Amino acid sequence: MTVKDNKAQQTDDWSGVVHDWGADKQAFDMPWGKLMMWIFLLSDTFIFSIFLTGYMNVRMSSLDTWPNPSEVFALNIAGHHIPLVLIAIMTFILITSSGTMAMAVNFAYRGDKRKTVYLMAATALLGGSFVGMQAFEWTKLILDEGVRPWGNPMGAAQFGSSFFMITGFHGLHVSAGVIYLSIIARRVARGHYEHKGYQIVEITGLYWHFVDLVWVFIFALFYLW
Amino acid sequence: MNYTAIADRPDESHHPTTFVTKYIWSQDHKVIAIQYAGTAIFVGLIALVLSGMMRLQLGFPDSFSFINPSDYLQFVTMHGMIMVIYLLTALLLGGFGNYLIPLMLGARDMVFPYLNMLSYWTYLLSVIVLLASFFVPGGPAGAGWTLYPPQSILQGTPGNDMGIIMMLASLGIFIVAFTMGGLNYVTTVLQARAKGMTLMRMPLTIWGIFVATILGLLAFPALLVSAIMMLLDKLVGTSFFMPALVSLGEPLSYQGGSPILFQHLFWFFGHPEVYIVALPAFGMVSDVIATHARKNIFGYRMMVWAIVAIGGLSFLVWAHHMYVSGMNPYFGFFFATTTLIIAVPTALKVYNWVLTLWRGNIHMTLPMMFAIGFIFTFTHGGLTGLFLGNVVVDLPLSDTYFVVGHFHMVMGVSPIMVLFAAIYHWFPKITGRFLNTSLGKLHFWITFLGTYAIYLPMHYLGFLGVPRRYFAMGADYIPESAQTLNASITVSALIVGLAQLVFIANLLWSIFRGQPAGDNPWNATTLEWQTATTPPGHGNWGAELPVVYRWAYDYSVPGVKADFIPQNCPQSAVELVADERAAADVSGERGGPYNEPTA
Repeated sequence: MTVKDNKAQQTDDWSGVVHDWGADKQAFDMPWGKLMMWIFLLSDTFIFSIFLTGYMNVRMSSLDTWPNPSEVFALNIAGHHIPLVLIAIMTFILITSSGTMAMAVNFAYRGDKRKTVYLMAATALLGGSFVGMQAFEWTKLILDEGVRPWGNPMGAAQFGSSFFMITGFHGLHVSAGVIYLSIIARRVARGHYEHKGYQIVEITGLYWHFVDLVWVFIFALFYLW
Repeated sequence: MNYTAIADRPDESHHPTTFVTKYIWSQDHKVIAIQYAGTAIFVGLIALVLSGMMRLQLGFPDSFSFINPSDYLQFVTMHGMIMVIYLLTALLLGGFGNYLIPLMLGARDMVFPYLNMLSYWTYLLSVIVLLASFFVPGGPAGAGWTLYPPQSILQGTPGNDMGIIMMLASLGIFIVAFTMGGLNYVTTVLQARAKGMTLMRMPLTIWGIFVATILGLLAFPALLVSAIMMLLDKLVGTSFFMPALVSLGEPLSYQGGSPILFQHLFWFFGHPEVYIVALPAFGMVSDVIATHARKNIFGYRMMVWAIVAIGGLSFLVWAHHMYVSGMNPYFGFFFATTTLIIAVPTALKVYNWVLTLWRGNIHMTLPMMFAIGFIFTFTHGGLTGLFLGNVVVDLPLSDTYFVVGHFHMVMGVSPIMVLFAAIYHWFPKITGRFLNTSLGKLHFWITFLGTYAIYLPMHYLGFLGVPRRYFAMGADYIPESAQTLNASITVSALIVGLAQLVFIANLLWSIFRGQPAGDNPWNATTLEWQTATTPPGHGNWGAELPVVYRWAYDYSVPGVKADFIPQNCPQSAVELVADERAAADVSGERGGPYNEPTA
């Protein structure tokens, strides 16, 4: 009701864009919380970009050989040596959780509280299992392979440093997301948003998709490079 | 879909009832602003005392047994960090940003008041952690405010055990606080403006704060990440920034890290930080000049685009701080070019301020005096920036007092002149009383002239090659005349420092005894002066939100009786002079075209 009174007059060219932005009251046709989440994610994008840039910098300037991630992160399952298998499963789980999250948003806007809660709980469970597998991966690296933040038997010390720092920071994001999802799901179940509207589910979803997207970059730049 | 939350529903904006919710755990942006400002001014005074101690040592070496070389380096470090982050950033954005954004935009409060409150308390925590580092074993960090590794975390640098850890932790907490506040500022500016307040009708103050906050949200991550990496280097033993090196004859366990990486990350934050401080100052000084010269700001749209352009370019100039760090020479060429390009919109702003003054009806009020003082100090500091921005000229001047003179002029004194202008300008709105004029003039002249007495000689010392950050120069290291100059700088600095006590006394006295000011003492157009009560009550606007009909600079409109038209004054309410020959344009659209809201 507030903004674009003359939306119909808008054209497709740039003057339409300028008008949209220059409108009074609201520059974007969305709730405050959603815009704030977008801006936060933009800021967070810079944090992860700088983490990854820093990692690439130390990797490229390292004089020691960089351990081969495919080998380091391989598992022996039933006698087969499979490179990156755990990481592949983790990635699959996280991307699946994005799917359940998107469905939760859909059902939230339809007002289907029960399905929304189930799907959010499923998302949180998938996220939790991701963190669990990460804990397994860390344990294996630390106990079996002897990788430490300050050094490792396979090559450049910065391998372990970057690995623990970046996956740790991402893992904290996933854990925070699981907690966030659980709180919101609980409040949805209690009917907290019946009158306020269910935008909060979409906002939670934005954060969750962001965490997944960041993982794709970490996967590509740390594990596949 | 209807998203209007508390802006249009004053009954739901949580009116505080007890003293504690009103003044301590307050969610009101005005109270939070005053809390931010009070804390920032308090730590700023500590940093001022530290600079006085440094000057005592430099002006009169061997005279003060209580300042040893380690202390001196710690004073340098803490002075720099406090002034840049905990005073300037916090006061400009946390203080003035919080106070002015909702009032100037016609909002009831920030969009998320609770988050805003958390932002202040987190900021206070970061200040406490920082100040606590004065009392830990080894004292506070002493690596220079840039905290360059490897020396910042190695033995031999003062504060290398606990001091640096607390410094980095405090910075991390500050960034969290800033992020919570900054998200609020940006969202409020974008989504909670009054009816009719288009982006191109916002006062330049808001434009400056808005763009600076976006810069902060994108630049502070670099500082956060480098602080995390350095903490890991220090506490866990990683080698992100630490090459293999020998310390005190012992090879250290570090190997393979890159100290230059830290410099890039630090300055990727550090250079936008200059504009995080400068852009709000640019905005506020524009409003002060227009109001007290009774003239519309010259080239409003140019001023807006200049702010945006400076904000964008500020991310592309960082390595001009690193010409002597050992970079590929082509990088120097690139960064020198971008540095000179960013001078263009900046110079444009200076021209526009001067052109606003030109043939204006200049009222030599206290805010105006500080604003004009700012134009002087900023032009001066900007011009010496051209020396340092060019690689070949920078090389001999790097790490000399020329650099100290330059950046104190351009990002120390200049924003502080604007802060004084802003405090003298908005104090009547915040408290309902004027600051004392005589004391204010005394404060202005000592501060303004003293600034030149302090920093002009530093440029000369820099040309002589006097290096900065040295505890003592030794008898033969610099000529006798240079040492005399150093003593003179110290005397001036102490006088200017004491003059700030006059200001503080004026503040405290005027809160209770100042001359009552009324709602709109400066006859200003912007919305914060149109509130029903002064200081504005909780919710700012009473029952109804203001409606905006014009841009923020309708001063001395030809044919209009009053020499200003408030932003919320509709076209029909503007009183014209009787003379019908005067064709008055009262549409208030000189800032740009806008379609009147139909509903």
